[in-house]
Amino acid sequence: MLFTSYSFIGFLAVLFLLYYTIPTKYRRALLLVANFCFYYIADPRYIPFIVATILSIWYAGIRIGDNWLAQERGLAEMDFPDREAKKAYREAQKKTRKRWVIAALLFNLGIMAVIKYTNFVIYNINGVLGAAGSTQQLSFVNIIMPMGISFYTFQALSYLFDVNRGTCEAERSLPRFALFVSFFPQLVQGPISRYPDLAQTLYNEDPFDKKNLYFGLQRMLWGYFKKLLVADRMLALVRTVTGDPSTYHGSYALVAMLFYCIGLYADFTGGIDITIGVAECLGIKLQENFNLPYFSDSLAEFWRRWHMSMSSWFREYMFFPLSTSRPMGRFAKFVKTHFGNALGKRLPLYLSSFIVWFATGIWHGASWNFIFWGLANWAILMLSQELEGFYSGMRERYAFFRTSTFKVIAVIRTFLLLALLNFIDCYLNIIHMFKTFLSIFTTSNYHLLFDGSMLKLGMSGPDFIAALAGSLVMLAVGLMQVKGGSIREMVAQKPPAFRFVFWYGMFLIVLIFGAYGVGYDASQFVYNQF
Amino acid sequence: MDVRTELKEMLLDIYSDVDFDNEQNLVDEGILDSMDIVNLVTEINDNFDISIGAKDMTPDNFNSLEATTALVQKLIDE
Repeated sequence: MLFTSYSFIGFLAVLFLLYYTIPTKYRRALLLVANFCFYYIADPRYIPFIVATILSIWYAGIRIGDNWLAQERGLAEMDFPDREAKKAYREAQKKTRKRWVIAALLFNLGIMAVIKYTNFVIYNINGVLGAAGSTQQLSFVNIIMPMGISFYTFQALSYLFDVNRGTCEAERSLPRFALFVSFFPQLVQGPISRYPDLAQTLYNEDPFDKKNLYFGLQRMLWGYFKKLLVADRMLALVRTVTGDPSTYHGSYALVAMLFYCIGLYADFTGGIDITIGVAECLGIKLQENFNLPYFSDSLAEFWRRWHMSMSSWFREYMFFPLSTSRPMGRFAKFVKTHFGNALGKRLPLYLSSFIVWFATGIWHGASWNFIFWGLANWAILMLSQELEGFYSGMRERYAFFRTSTFKVIAVIRTFLLLALLNFIDCYLNIIHMFKTFLSIFTTSNYHLLFDGSMLKLGMSGPDFIAALAGSLVMLAVGLMQVKGGSIREMVAQKPPAFRFVFWYGMFLIVLIFGAYGVGYDASQFVYNQF
Repeated sequence: MDVRTELKEMLLDIYSDVDFDNEQNLVDEGILDSMDIVNLVTEINDNFDISIGAKDMTPDNFNSLEATTALVQKLIDE
């Protein structure tokens, strides 16, 4: 069920009506039923997969939670001859917990790996067989891809890790845990919520608050604005151009590259706006997933502000444990002994970071272009890290590098860099991507920008006007947020007549200028495929 | 040398121009990134013979010199 479909709007209308009319104590049960209805409508075959994740991690969580309780009791009641004995007892308990974590991890990552990566493995085996001169090729298998499997698996695993670390208690109620993993607005494209954060608000039984409903609907409207006015139009052009690299290069590639960068932002943040808005209507507060990422002045800053729930997942559950692990410590010592302190500090970090970016790339999609995209991010981040001393020297030496003019230049530079990196998403074949990118500089067909050729790529003249006007509105709202303003709060303080005209006007704009109607098919969200 | 002074020296090795005595949002404001935290943790673990695990590597524990000192002191005492 698409967020942009009439059936989704109908689903929400029925849910909101029931949610606020039944006694509050039944709300969570209703929401759990709604989650599974949502999933069932998407495809009934998805259900066993999410149920397997829920049951396995819920059970492992309880066993780990029990172990923590037993350890506390043991520490309080047992007499330890010395500190070492106490430490050994703790270590033994830790090992038991670790076994449960590994079992649940292997089971759930195993499901995800088989579903997402079987055909990628077959593709590579076939490539090797072909290169070796064999005519034998393995057949691809037809495996269904449960909606949002990467998101709900990661969300459930974050709970497991937190219980194991002792930073949250095990959830003993299966319905409550199932509600956390399957919360339907998040199933489409995240955000990946942490149990301690979401549990605070997911299980509340607060009375109906019309402010939640109004603000939630407004947030959804803003999401639809981005998705339907900007993303679907721009991404239609991108699909045409990237679908035929031999025809479309030079100026076509430049427009597609920039439109993909803007369209991806509108698509993903728009989807998250709808997700957060739907949750807000239900009185549930989700964490923000973006913090004006395109205003970042470096790639490192961008990754602190884009898809924050995913970045922090990889950082806290993969990068930190990996880079401080014993094997990495041994590697650091080896490098220090043989190659000196400077490399000893850097290499383990860079290796950990390489593994994390490889995983981030393949998490986004089972193909080499996504792996390349991840590693390209890694390479640029590491290069920036190495050049940090040089940058800071320049900042100290020349006042220009401390001015707001330079900050604007750095923001634009980062945006263009991201446009290039994101362009890797668009082409399954990396060689095609590079050839097309280079054609921007080598093909002199820039007259096509002005002779109407761009209007034959899936976007008409009015489409261009609507998408570019929508992008300018997004930019203006972003600039306002940079200064600490909030449109919703500002409008909320105006008289009722103004509020009505503002929001009703915006609703009409989305309704009239949104990319749908005859000949249009509102598209799936880009991040839904991950 | 006490824990706080030693930690301050480690931090100044990473960024000599930051006022670590007063800064309260080292992580939240992006002064210390994840690479810096890992470097710092590795050095702390080596110098104090303790083990700061991934679960302790939260912004709260590294947002200020005081917070990191408290964490290190707690692990030394354990």
